[in-house]
Amino acid sequence: MASWPICFGYIPIGLALGVLANQAEIPFWAVAMMSILVFAGSAQFICVAMIAAGASTWSIIFTTFVVNLRHFLMSSAVAVHLSGLRRSFLSFFAYGITDESFAVNMTHFRKDNWDHKRAITVNQLANTTWILSTVCGALLGQFIPKGAFGTDYALTAMFLALLLFQLHDIVYILTGAAALAIGVTWYLFIPGDSYIIGASISAATLGYFFKRYREKQK
Amino acid sequence: MNFPDYLFLFAGMGLVTYIPRWLPLFFLAQRKLPQWLVDWLSLIPVAILCALLAPILFTDQSTRCLELGKPEFLVAIPTLLFAVKTKSLGGTVLVGMGLYWLAGFLPL
Repeated sequence: MASWPICFGYIPIGLALGVLANQAEIPFWAVAMMSILVFAGSAQFICVAMIAAGASTWSIIFTTFVVNLRHFLMSSAVAVHLSGLRRSFLSFFAYGITDESFAVNMTHFRKDNWDHKRAITVNQLANTTWILSTVCGALLGQFIPKGAFGTDYALTAMFLALLLFQLHDIVYILTGAAALAIGVTWYLFIPGDSYIIGASISAATLGYFFKRYREKQK
Repeated sequence: MNFPDYLFLFAGMGLVTYIPRWLPLFFLAQRKLPQWLVDWLSLIPVAILCALLAPILFTDQSTRCLELGKPEFLVAIPTLLFAVKTKSLGGTVLVGMGLYWLAGFLPL
């Protein structure tokens, strides 16, 4: 029952991803392959945007790596609750760690008598829902003309909303502003799409040093 | 792109996604991560989103030149305000799409 909120959350996002993938001329079987092999919502949206922009394979893979590095933190946190289990189970469990399943499982691990079987059920239900809804979206997308009703702007609007939800304090706001400024400059002067990695890593590093500086001032 | 291209791309993406999810679990890193890494990683999502948005909002992507005040940027302002008000991801996407669609009818 704990996975219902995730499934309801995934269906519209998965459908949207499928529709956008279709508009980027990615076939439905490739959408299924991506959802099975990668299973990471935000990285898949970024991948669709990058394919649509004609980015190179290596830059998409590297961007995915940086975007999904945060799961390293989540996996470390959840590991505490899964000690002593078989390594084959842990290896399988790792596949299903997403922002959403992590949030649900950690909440239950902290409060209730939650166990690894329930935790992996949450992961698997979320995974199945995600694969099915992205493929349905890709199939439905064939009936929506390219660019109709502002679908060109769907990814931009989603990035804007996700960005806004991340702005916890002035450190995040300045990091974002730095990434915008560096991103535009890098994009204008350096061909290719290295601006994504270049601007995000340098802005996060600047933001980190600003945070350190601020803490010293206090 | 055809089948082998997609397979290579998604297998690569899958691998770099799986490894950070798997390493701490497999070796059960009970130790906490160094605080500097936690702090730095927490700034990565904001930085990536802004880096992705930067050329969309501020440049002409066909000629790769600076372009201020383009419709993508003008629509972003009310879209962000809606996101501040409602905190809704789905709603923000729909409002952004609708405004952009309407902006297409204006002589911008």
